[in-house]
Amino acid sequence: MSTQYDLIVIGSGPGGYVTAIRASQLGMKTVIVERDALGGICLNWGCIPTKALLRSAEVLYLAKHAKDFGLVIDKADFDLEAVVKRSRGVASQLSNGVKFLMKKNKIDVLEGTARLEKGAPAPKVIVKGKDGKDTSYQSKHVILATGARARDIPQAGLVADGKLVWTYREAMTPDVMPKRLLVIGSGAIGIEFASFYNELGSETTVVEVMDRILPVEDEEISKHAEKEFKKQGMKILTSTQVGNLKPGKNTVTAEITGKDGKKVTQEFDRVILAVGIVGNVENLGLETLGAKIDKTHVVVDGHGKTGVPGLYAIGDLTGPPWLAHKASHEGVMCVEGIAGKGHGEKFDPWNVPGCTYSHPQVASVGLTEKAAKEKGYDIKVGRFPFIGNGKAIALGAPDGFVKTVFDKKTGELLGAHMVGAEVTELIQGYVIARQGELTEQDLAHTVFPHPTLSEMMHESVLDAEGRVLHI
Amino acid sequence: MSINITMPALSPTMEEGTLSKWLVKEGDTIASGDVIAEIETDKATMEVEAVDEGTIAKLLVPAGTEGVKVNAVIAVLAEEGEDATSVEVPEAKAAPQPDKEAKKESSEDTKKSEESRAKSDIVMAKSDKVGGSQGKKELATTPLPSANTADGRIKASPLARRIADMKGIDLSAISGTGPRGRIIKRDVENAKPGAASAAATATAPKPDGLILPQVLDDRIYAPDSYELKPLDGMRKTVARRLTESFMQVPHFPLNVDLNIDRLLASRSAINAAAEKGVKISVNDMLIKAAALALMDEPDCNASYTDKGIAYHKHANVSVAVAIDGGLITPVIFEAEEKGLAEISKEMKDLAERARDRKLKPQEYIGGTFSISNLGMFGIKSFASIINPPEGMILSVGAGEKRAVVNAKGNVEAATIMTVTLTCDHRVIGGAEGAKWLQAFKRYVETPEAMLL
Repeated sequence: MSTQYDLIVIGSGPGGYVTAIRASQLGMKTVIVERDALGGICLNWGCIPTKALLRSAEVLYLAKHAKDFGLVIDKADFDLEAVVKRSRGVASQLSNGVKFLMKKNKIDVLEGTARLEKGAPAPKVIVKGKDGKDTSYQSKHVILATGARARDIPQAGLVADGKLVWTYREAMTPDVMPKRLLVIGSGAIGIEFASFYNELGSETTVVEVMDRILPVEDEEISKHAEKEFKKQGMKILTSTQVGNLKPGKNTVTAEITGKDGKKVTQEFDRVILAVGIVGNVENLGLETLGAKIDKTHVVVDGHGKTGVPGLYAIGDLTGPPWLAHKASHEGVMCVEGIAGKGHGEKFDPWNVPGCTYSHPQVASVGLTEKAAKEKGYDIKVGRFPFIGNGKAIALGAPDGFVKTVFDKKTGELLGAHMVGAEVTELIQGYVIARQGELTEQDLAHTVFPHPTLSEMMHESVLDAEGRVLHI
Repeated sequence: MSINITMPALSPTMEEGTLSKWLVKEGDTIASGDVIAEIETDKATMEVEAVDEGTIAKLLVPAGTEGVKVNAVIAVLAEEGEDATSVEVPEAKAAPQPDKEAKKESSEDTKKSEESRAKSDIVMAKSDKVGGSQGKKELATTPLPSANTADGRIKASPLARRIADMKGIDLSAISGTGPRGRIIKRDVENAKPGAASAAATATAPKPDGLILPQVLDDRIYAPDSYELKPLDGMRKTVARRLTESFMQVPHFPLNVDLNIDRLLASRSAINAAAEKGVKISVNDMLIKAAALALMDEPDCNASYTDKGIAYHKHANVSVAVAIDGGLITPVIFEAEEKGLAEISKEMKDLAERARDRKLKPQEYIGGTFSISNLGMFGIKSFASIINPPEGMILSVGAGEKRAVVNAKGNVEAATIMTVTLTCDHRVIGGAEGAKWLQAFKRYVETPEAMLL
């Protein structure tokens, strides 16, 4: 135990490494522990490599539709190995970037698996290195950012085997294109993979137990996305259950129970399990320290405090929304609090935007129309379709719409929901509006540049006011 | 454990004050002794020093807030090693909670914060002694030359502003809980119109006791026909205290004419004999005479209080000094013990510093009797309003040549001064007041008696 650390961060995903950088900026001597690759799931097996895959799918889509743009491309095709290689290249470039950032910020990196033991002023951190040796570290503060992983549901016969039944990890590095693909779960992860494989030619079936896909999104958005996916040839089964996956030699059979209650057994080449996320709470020694765990998530107080002196937790480990940007933000807030530089605000999940990078894209922040009504708000809703926007037409992307939900009384922007091209890049405008508590009037008085997709954001607000211009 | 920083009582009679300026912001690390805020009290602007060290977790009362009650929590300090962002803030926030779980948590929070308040309440400063001892851990009572310099900006979101507008809530009466104290939706949502939010009740301005201020009505005075000067702390204090006094204290005046020829002669002789730089005024001699009269008539050196009548052992003579924007009464403590030269020197110093608003509270609080002198303006006689909790105030008119009938029945010219004694009838009867005036008259008309 040579160095005296102010802070030990366990896990180097977007929660952990951003936290470590902020800590270092605040003058804390910081060390980060990672058992796999710097950057965590997000950079290596999540957000980033899937975006690379989806970009390939998007370019393929455009190439296939070259004619629409007056271009001649004889045969648009893909090389799966090269697509995966590009995705891996992007991931490793960014992981190296994190390595550089750690060095630049004088953050020590420990390769190994961490567990906690009782200690003061914070729990002691034991790191089992690659050589199998334990080293003990005592610091003033410990932040857990161990993230989460895909959920299995063994009771329902939903267990990934890594060969025929995949999780996101295998789905990201396919060696062959499955001819018939079953995607179980239609949240962001399931839908993104479904979109990718469907575009590349897999016969894709998505099964969702709820009555609509992307169930956390606004109903109208779900409906519109479903229509678009179906247009692209995707098979979507809602209010449907899957169970009893039986991997054979080269194929998997699945029992599918539809709305009508009829059970059908169907054969697929591959299955992707995307039925939820569980926090990585195991083998950390949390039980002996007395940290509270609710199911698979560490319970924290809105400032990352676990209740155990000196022990904090952030990101996916602490529960939904399971999003990288939520983890980074929580981490920064937590460490600023430790340094006494915080602004005292508790983390507000309602201002965390959610993005799905399928084709079409989906993005949202705040309350859905239904949730707003259920909370008792008297609302006014604005909508604006892509077909009314010049830039969308020029892009050749006339499908989609922007929806805004306001409190009729106060003009508060309760929620914003979008589906269509590039909406994941647009949503931040509404996030700023929510964070700053701008009203519909502030948004209506804002100048949006022409010609851009963002004009639809303006028009949606105007529509809520009953004074939409371009439709 | 977080520490609540409370509104200090800068003087024993202080009930509330204006937090005119914060000199620290949230997140600042402070050491014991650092100046953290400026408070405008009854009569002066004071600096407040930190007693403890730590990190400012939350400033609960915005700069410029008037009427902050003594002992109201104005800020929360996180101790070393404590997470300043998660420090429990001592108001139960009534933010809407989406579900039961959160409600439970918040009630736990409240409980915790109450506990922590009970355990760690620290009144930062209390100058409990008047006229002397500076306590060890007392705040610095270093006075500041000028009054309110608070930045009047109210940080509030557009949504909060609109809701406040809809509900008729004054944003300046609310403390913000958003980033850097910004007033956000939840702060105004639960606030009641006309009153401050729950979070800010401690800071809500309260009507000044008995004073119902006149409503400024455009129909009576056209808006451009006057210049409006906002009420500062001193003006409000003077208004409140004198209204209370005039309405609550059953007072009566007694007056008497004094022949001050001998006093004037003595003064000339004394000043001629005094060392250079010493120049005794008539007023200095009246202070001394009054003090000795109070010693002769101890029943008159009294205050009516809720616990009983306090008979003071010393004559602490308050002297009214008119200053720009109000009035202040610095005290010559134990004037009966002091020589004229000392009284004169002290008075000069106090009056000068009073005009600069540089008096410390212990220099203008604790008088047992007041003198107000308008002789220099040629006023013949007047009756002052009692300066509570003192029992009497003496109003001194101009010394002027008048025709008087002497003991032999002849008319002659003499320098006569009319004084009026206003008494609190709850402690001083007419006879006591009259006896005191007799004693006073003896000292003034026979100044040599002051030498006894």
